Amino acid sequence: MAPTATANESPAPVDADFSMNDAADFDQPIERDENDPANRGWLQGAHSIKTLPGSSETAASFQFVKEDHTLGNALRYIIMKNPDVEFCGYSIPHPSEELMNIRIQTYEGTALDALEKGLSDLIALCDEVSAKYVGAREAFQSQVAAV
Amino acid sequence: MAPNGAKVVASQAELDRRKVVGVNLETVTDVTSTDFPGHWPGEDHSWSIEKFREACSVQFYKRSNLETEFSLIGVDASIANAYRRIMIGEIPSLAIERVYIYNNTSIIQDEVLSARLGLIPLTLPGGVRKLKWCAKPEEGEEVESNDSNTIRLSLKIACTHNRDAAPGERDPLKAYHHAHVYARDIKWIPFGNQVEVFGGEDAITALNPDILIAKMRPGQVMDIEMDAILGVGSDHTKYSPVAPASYRLLPTIDILKPIIGADAEKFSRCFPPGVIELQPISKKEAAKAGSGYEGHEGEKRAVVVNAMKDTVSRECLRHDEFKDKVRLGRIRDHFIFSVESVGQWNSDELFLESVALLRNKAEALQAQVRALPQ
Repeated sequence: MAPTATANESPAPVDADFSMNDAADFDQPIERDENDPANRGWLQGAHSIKTLPGSSETAASFQFVKEDHTLGNALRYIIMKNPDVEFCGYSIPHPSEELMNIRIQTYEGTALDALEKGLSDLIALCDEVSAKYVGAREAFQSQVAAV
Repeated sequence: MAPNGAKVVASQAELDRRKVVGVNLETVTDVTSTDFPGHWPGEDHSWSIEKFREACSVQFYKRSNLETEFSLIGVDASIANAYRRIMIGEIPSLAIERVYIYNNTSIIQDEVLSARLGLIPLTLPGGVRKLKWCAKPEEGEEVESNDSNTIRLSLKIACTHNRDAAPGERDPLKAYHHAHVYARDIKWIPFGNQVEVFGGEDAITALNPDILIAKMRPGQVMDIEMDAILGVGSDHTKYSPVAPASYRLLPTIDILKPIIGADAEKFSRCFPPGVIELQPISKKEAAKAGSGYEGHEGEKRAVVVNAMKDTVSRECLRHDEFKDKVRLGRIRDHFIFSVESVGQWNSDELFLESVALLRNKAEALQAQVRALPQ
C-alpha cells in the first residue's frame, strides 16, 4: 500500500473506544502540560508512594518520595478532618533523605480510602481558595478603578 | 457523640473565642487548632466543602507588579503554610546556573564570583512559561541546552586607565574605566529564535542594573559566559521568585476595663501609630452606672481603631497600670499574606500559582494512590 493512501484515511473515531470507565483508568498517567510551571516539579523526578511494611487495612503508613512538610502537614490536616479517621500523623524520618511518611489509622473504611479522600478534599479546597482569590482580586481591582 | 445522639452546635461567641491565640507577657496560649472531629464532644467538625466555602474569604489590601498584600481568612495554618512554602521553594524562576570563566584576573576568586553572579535577579519578559525545563544532567552526561531552555549571558570587561582623568585623580571611578563591574555589564547573547520569543535584542538583563559585582584595577579583566536556566527555590535561593513571601496572624486587642486620661495617652504610645485612638467620653457614657466612665465626662479614653497595624510588641503588658485591663491575641485562621516578587512573576500571580501547584501535586499523587495494591 502506498504511504499516501494511509495518510488519506481518516483516523478511527477514538471516542468510540472510550467509555466512562476508561476515562477513570488509574493506570493512565494524567496528561500534563509541560510548559505549565505548576506541573514542572512533577516532570522533574519520580514522586512515588509506597505502603510501608507492617501495614494493615485500617492502619497503614505510606511513604512519599520527594515530599516534605508542605504536603505532609496539609495532608495531615485534611485527613484528620475525616470522621472515619482515628489517627493521622506525618513525619520526616531523616532531614537528609527526601522522604515523608504519613500514618493513618481508621475506625471505618481502609487507610488507603482515607488517603485518597484526603487528596480529593485537598484538591477541592485548592479550587475553592483559587476561586475566592480571583474573586477578591477582581473586586479590589474594580474598587481601585472606581476611586 | 452527645449522650442522646443529638449534634451539639457551639455558639458563635464560643467559636470566636476558640479562634483566638492568647498572647501574654511571657506565654502564648491555645496555639493548636481544635476543629477536628472528636475534639469537641458531639460537635461536627468533619470536612465539608460547603462549610469551607462559607468560612473562607480573601481580602486585598495592595496589588502592584512587585508587591501584593491580602488576607486569607478561614483556612488552617497547615494549608496557609503550604502555600507560603510553595511560593518560596517550588515555583520556578530563571537564574544563572553555569558559569564558564575564560579569564578572571580580578581579586575575586572564580567560585565566589560565580556564586555572586548566580544571585543576580534577571528579567524575563513574558514570564517563565516562555522557557522549558533544562534537566540536570546525570553524572558524566552532557547538558541538553537549547534555545528553548537556556539563556546565554556574557560578561566581558577590562579595567583600563582613563587618559582624560585629571592628574593625581584619586577617585577610581574617574581615574579608570570600569573600575566597578555592575550587573548592567552582563549582556544577553540570544540564539535560535530567542529574539522573537522574548521580543528584542536586550529583553533579558539584570533586573537592577546597579548591583555591584566586583571592583577592578587597570590590567584586570573578566571574560565570562553564563547559562541561566529555570530552577526552584528548594534547590537554591537564587531560584526563589519571592523576596520573600510571608504571613502574620491578625492581632486582636481587647480593652477589658476603661483606660482613661493620662493612662490612655500612655496606652496609645505602647502601640504603633494608628492602632489606638483617644476619644472623648460622652455625657451618656459618663452617666451610665457601672460603665467605669462615671464622672469622667469629656476626658479621653483609649479605643482600638485598627488592630491590624499592631506589631504585637506586648509593650502594654509591661506596665502595671494596664494590668487586667487589656488582653492581646491573634486570630488563628486570619493570615495577612505579604508577597513580594523578585520580578519574573507578577506578585498577585504567585499565590494563585502556589495553589495550582499544590492542587496538581495532590492530583498526581491521587493517581498513584489509586494504583497502589489494595
